[in-house]
Amino acid sequence: MSTNELSQRELTQQDRAVQERESQEALRYYSATQWQLVWWRFRRHKLAMAGGLFLALLAFLGIFAEFFGPYSGVTRNTDYLLGPPQIPRFWDENGFSLRPFVYGVTTERDPVTLRRIPTIDREVRHPIRFFVRGEPYTVLKVIESDIHLFGVEEGTVHLFGTDPLGRDLFTRTLIATRTSLSIGVLGVLIAFVLALIIGGVAGYFGGWIDYGIQRLTEIVRVIPVIPLYMGLAAAFPREWSTQQIYFAMTLILGLVGWPTLARRIRGQLLTLRTEDYVVAAQIAGASAARIIGRHLLPAFASYIIVDLVISFPYLILSETALSFVQLGLRPPDISWGILLQDAQNIRAIEQAPWLFIPAAFVVTAVLSFTILGDGVRDAADPYTVSGS
Amino acid sequence: MIRFIVQRFLGMLVTMFFVSVMVFIIMELPPGDYAERYAFRKFSGTGVTVTEADVNNIRVKLGLDRPAYERYFSWIWGIVTKGDFGPAFAFETSVNNVIGQRLWLTLAILFSTLIVTYLVSIPIGIYAAVHRHSVADYSLTVLSYLGLALPNFLLALILLYISVTVLDSSVGGLFSQEFEGAPWSWAKFVDLLKHLIVPAVVLAWSATAFQLQTVRATMLDELNKLSVTAARARGIPEWKVLLKYPARLAINPVVSTVSFDANRIFSELPIVALVLGLPELGELLIKSYIDLDMFVAGAILLMLTFMIVFMNFLSDIALAFLDPRIKLEGG
Amino acid sequence: MRNSIGTSETSMNGTSLDGALLKVENLRIAFRTDEGQIQAVDGVDLTAQTGRTLGIVGESGSGKSVSTHAIMRLLPGTAVIHPDSSIQFRRKDGTVVEITQLAPTGREMRAIRGGEIAMIFQEPMATFSPVYTIGNHIMEAILAHEEVSKQEARERAIHLLDRVGIANPSRRVDQYPFELSGGMRQRAMIAVALSANPSLLIADEPTTALDVTIQAQILALMRELQEEMGMAILFITHDLGVISQIAHDVVVMYLGQIMERGTVREVIKEAKHPYTQNLLQAIPRLESLGQRLHAIGGRIPSPMERPPGCPFHTRCPQAMPGVCDKAFPETTHFSPTHEVNCFLYE
Repeated sequence: MSTNELSQRELTQQDRAVQERESQEALRYYSATQWQLVWWRFRRHKLAMAGGLFLALLAFLGIFAEFFGPYSGVTRNTDYLLGPPQIPRFWDENGFSLRPFVYGVTTERDPVTLRRIPTIDREVRHPIRFFVRGEPYTVLKVIESDIHLFGVEEGTVHLFGTDPLGRDLFTRTLIATRTSLSIGVLGVLIAFVLALIIGGVAGYFGGWIDYGIQRLTEIVRVIPVIPLYMGLAAAFPREWSTQQIYFAMTLILGLVGWPTLARRIRGQLLTLRTEDYVVAAQIAGASAARIIGRHLLPAFASYIIVDLVISFPYLILSETALSFVQLGLRPPDISWGILLQDAQNIRAIEQAPWLFIPAAFVVTAVLSFTILGDGVRDAADPYTVSGS
Repeated sequence: MIRFIVQRFLGMLVTMFFVSVMVFIIMELPPGDYAERYAFRKFSGTGVTVTEADVNNIRVKLGLDRPAYERYFSWIWGIVTKGDFGPAFAFETSVNNVIGQRLWLTLAILFSTLIVTYLVSIPIGIYAAVHRHSVADYSLTVLSYLGLALPNFLLALILLYISVTVLDSSVGGLFSQEFEGAPWSWAKFVDLLKHLIVPAVVLAWSATAFQLQTVRATMLDELNKLSVTAARARGIPEWKVLLKYPARLAINPVVSTVSFDANRIFSELPIVALVLGLPELGELLIKSYIDLDMFVAGAILLMLTFMIVFMNFLSDIALAFLDPRIKLEGG
Repeated sequence: MRNSIGTSETSMNGTSLDGALLKVENLRIAFRTDEGQIQAVDGVDLTAQTGRTLGIVGESGSGKSVSTHAIMRLLPGTAVIHPDSSIQFRRKDGTVVEITQLAPTGREMRAIRGGEIAMIFQEPMATFSPVYTIGNHIMEAILAHEEVSKQEARERAIHLLDRVGIANPSRRVDQYPFELSGGMRQRAMIAVALSANPSLLIADEPTTALDVTIQAQILALMRELQEEMGMAILFITHDLGVISQIAHDVVVMYLGQIMERGTVREVIKEAKHPYTQNLLQAIPRLESLGQRLHAIGGRIPSPMERPPGCPFHTRCPQAMPGVCDKAFPETTHFSPTHEVNCFLYE
């Protein structure tokens, strides 16, 4: 019986070239590692890539927040309390200007209420300069600098306006980005490590240990999450510094986050242990370590990664919510939740809708995480056909 | 079946026991105890110096000097036998009085939210699955993403903002002015419903998005199954095929996650209630946390958790009814 | 939408059924995919006669299931039946309908499905919905086609279960699918298919998932039922052994085209096509103990890479280069019933 008749025939040049190329591609495909495959499939998901890039952008902005923002997070501009955003322009009725500029601001007294109202003075123009020197800051506690991406020599440039205490909302939003995102990252890490240990132990040992851990997980899961957070957060002594509160917050978020992840890990371990290919590996004489490392872990690593990516938004939202009701981070710490505290009452919103801008950041960040998570899941799941 | 119910019921009791321990631990967590705060509050501004002895007296009077497990048991005992949740320190009355009406309101919000969620998500999820890749399907997917991304309290804020600036009325609070203290009547009930819509919609927003996707995904799975083709091969009309087979099975995951939904609703309720000014348990919870009034906080936590555990119990039973495999194989 | 033709026996295309129950002519089915249209069935003719079983043999991917699903109009929305294809079916009231012209979910097609043409599948567990009883499934089928009371339908269901050889039918009728054994489920599935007295039964690999003893029982049951009810059966399988037990006539399919057809005796004893011969050789026999198993070299090509000419030439040990890859062979007749499409005989 012959095997490959094709090789015994006359193939045209074209046929051979096609074969050549196809086998090259086939070779590439068949010899790619699992992660390469996942990455290739992920790249085809334009939307997910966009989400990932957006998040990377946010992270970048956050890390270098003080550089991108013209002011610091605490400088108060007492002349411009609750001032509307100053939008940079290139031209107005007075003509075109290559360099963007903002209008000056003054405060006027409202004739009826006698309150001071910040207003925009269209007569005065302040050109925006780039790479100006401004307030000093340190990046990641290591690099010192005082250069800001943009600023004005005279007057002020508040891209997002100011809050009731006259602080620049733009800079504060960027700093908040850093805080909120980092809490998300740290919280997820803590939750992941905890879940790995607890879920791994439960899944590996089974029996009584598993049963006990399962009961414990159930109990923690049953209590409504945010009230639970709040209870733990309420226990923070008033005397704690913002640093301590920050770490305690991430710890709590991580602590309460482990049940879902642990359940997932445990479930995966239990199911996969009985899969045929595991038995086959055992029969072939593979050691337990090799089985776990080479066979089990990669199988559910993708699920875990998806779970992690999906928990991010939840943690970030939780922190935002908690800080919003003053049970989380406290001023002078800056996070999205804290910024939104100012937007809490109706009158404030009516007068200063720009206080909502941090909310837009929250929403887009969460959206990006969700889309990214979906993309990763589609890419990593070997059972779905991509492109559907 | 009876045995199944009894089993689940006992499980519920066991869970509640452990939960109560956990809640008690949380109650004990904040440093210092109420005696100090009470003393401070009572005597500050009166020019009287508070001594350690004074604080201790208060402590003894309030029973705060007994060891933890004693306090735990007396607390639980009071709840289980007399329905008495203890004193609400900050309010100088019992917790029961403080919680009172709010409990019913919380339940009302919970159920109206659940109803809105399921009424919307199930039919739409089925529709989206059947009309896959249609314009409607894609736009629903986009809406779902948005629904999941927008935090509830932000939505509440936005709605509030819109109602105040555009509609020039407030959707906050529970009753319109005229019904505030009035006795119950049909009109008052209708007014209540009108005000319940907003929190229900706000809270149902993300839950609906989630369930919609779940129903759609399950339907898609089920639509490909051989049992659907076989049903068509029997000559059953298409609509009946869809409703009797895949839709029926797509409901299962929804039923089993009812308690999860309730959990999420109770999680988001406090903040939404705070924004909208609704006098219900969650909002009270926030206040009690800030005031460190732990008996109130503990009681509320206990109640909320109990409702969730109870719904879990109910959904287990419902699931057993729906799926004979669970009923007959003992779950 | 053009509906069924009148009461005469001739179809729109002018050819008649010649007393056959079902006549499929020039069936071409393609699927629309992201990569374009894929041809799954490329010119298939077959007929089903009352009281006789036609076996359809082929490997997976040969298009056998697709063809029969097309007869029942159960194909997904991405399937395209070529306008030149014709599926004519004689209904119980004598009218002849052109099935390709009927709306797949329309009233007439629904009446035919289950009522006149029934189908049983490979996986009995998967064909039943786990949340309804066996009785519910059967009664549903009965009530969809006949106006009877629920009580009567239930009695008929019990009677059917008994007829297919399930013990204790009055108890089983209220049980759920998972409570029955594999063999019983298969019998129950047959009961469902028979519930409205179909004149044509399509069996899509019904014994593939069963062990040999149960397989024998089911085949015996089907033969009995055929004799008793005079049904025509289209029996799909890849197992020639089963074919020899149940079929009267056989067609051999490969990659959507028919390679050989004839009575079961002709095809099995006097196989002419290299593909059929290889299939027969591949059946392990006691005499071949100790020898390597015979297998057909290569793999069945995907429909997207359909070889030119005769589709089997890429794996055929007797392929003739320059001939077999040029065009599809004409039909050679060895007898009024035995035909082959192969260049070896042209």
